Amino acid sequence: MTETIINVILFTMLVTTAFAIVRMTRLFAVVMLSGVFSLLTAMLFVTLDAVDVAFTEAAVGAGISTVLMLGTIALTSRSTKPSTRSNALPLLLVTLTGAVLVYGTLDMPTFGDPNAPAQTHLAPHYLNESITEIDVPNVVTSILASYRGFDTLGETAVVFAAGIGVLLILSGLRRRREEEEEDES
Amino acid sequence: MFLVAAIALFVSMILVLVRLYAGPIVYDRVLAANLFGTLTVLFIAILGFLTGRPDFLDIALLYALINFVGTIAILKFFRYRALGDIPQIKRGKQ
Repeated sequence: MTETIINVILFTMLVTTAFAIVRMTRLFAVVMLSGVFSLLTAMLFVTLDAVDVAFTEAAVGAGISTVLMLGTIALTSRSTKPSTRSNALPLLLVTLTGAVLVYGTLDMPTFGDPNAPAQTHLAPHYLNESITEIDVPNVVTSILASYRGFDTLGETAVVFAAGIGVLLILSGLRRRREEEEEDES
Repeated sequence: MFLVAAIALFVSMILVLVRLYAGPIVYDRVLAANLFGTLTVLFIAILGFLTGRPDFLDIALLYALINFVGTIAILKFFRYRALGDIPQIKRGKQ
């Protein structure tokens, strides 16, 4: 019961924040609001017991992307230009997509249903056997680091390659800018 | 007792959100966003005690750290308009 009330309050705040983001024209305020939006999402994830997802959401959404958006604002403009086109077609498209997504949830099992396919196949094996097979007290960690170890290794390799690529591009840009400054002086 | 704390927390969240929507200056919003991060930490702690599983407390600590670093990054950005080593280049020009 308390959980339902908490969810309703959090979702109300989430929707109000989303509307405020859409209505706001000053982009600094929009960046702050989107940080708060992702903090609210993180709270919702915590109420769903997905603490690790919530933590990633808070670190990426409220931390890194706020700084990235501020960097973008420093390079571009500080307020949005009012659009002259009509909003009817995008609104229709978004409503349709939303309706299709809601329709898709109708076939899904209810939250926490013990007979849902996710609870009946592999999950019981992980929950019962991971302590004897892997000997790691946290089930999520044992799945991520051992059962799906190669998957996680691949993901880490992709993220590592992306990071190195971005660093290479940025260092090339900086070197070129320094050379230009030297030419000017 | 935790229920009363949760209600007080939600009331202060709404107050912070009002300040965040209304502004009027940038620093109001920075402060409100920082305060909302602190309220997130409190929310996670209170939710743990409300549901009888206070295991999330160390995760709330991590949120406090992120919130601190994030606010420092934002404020540094307002001061220097850049992150990293670009301020030194600007200082060399002056």
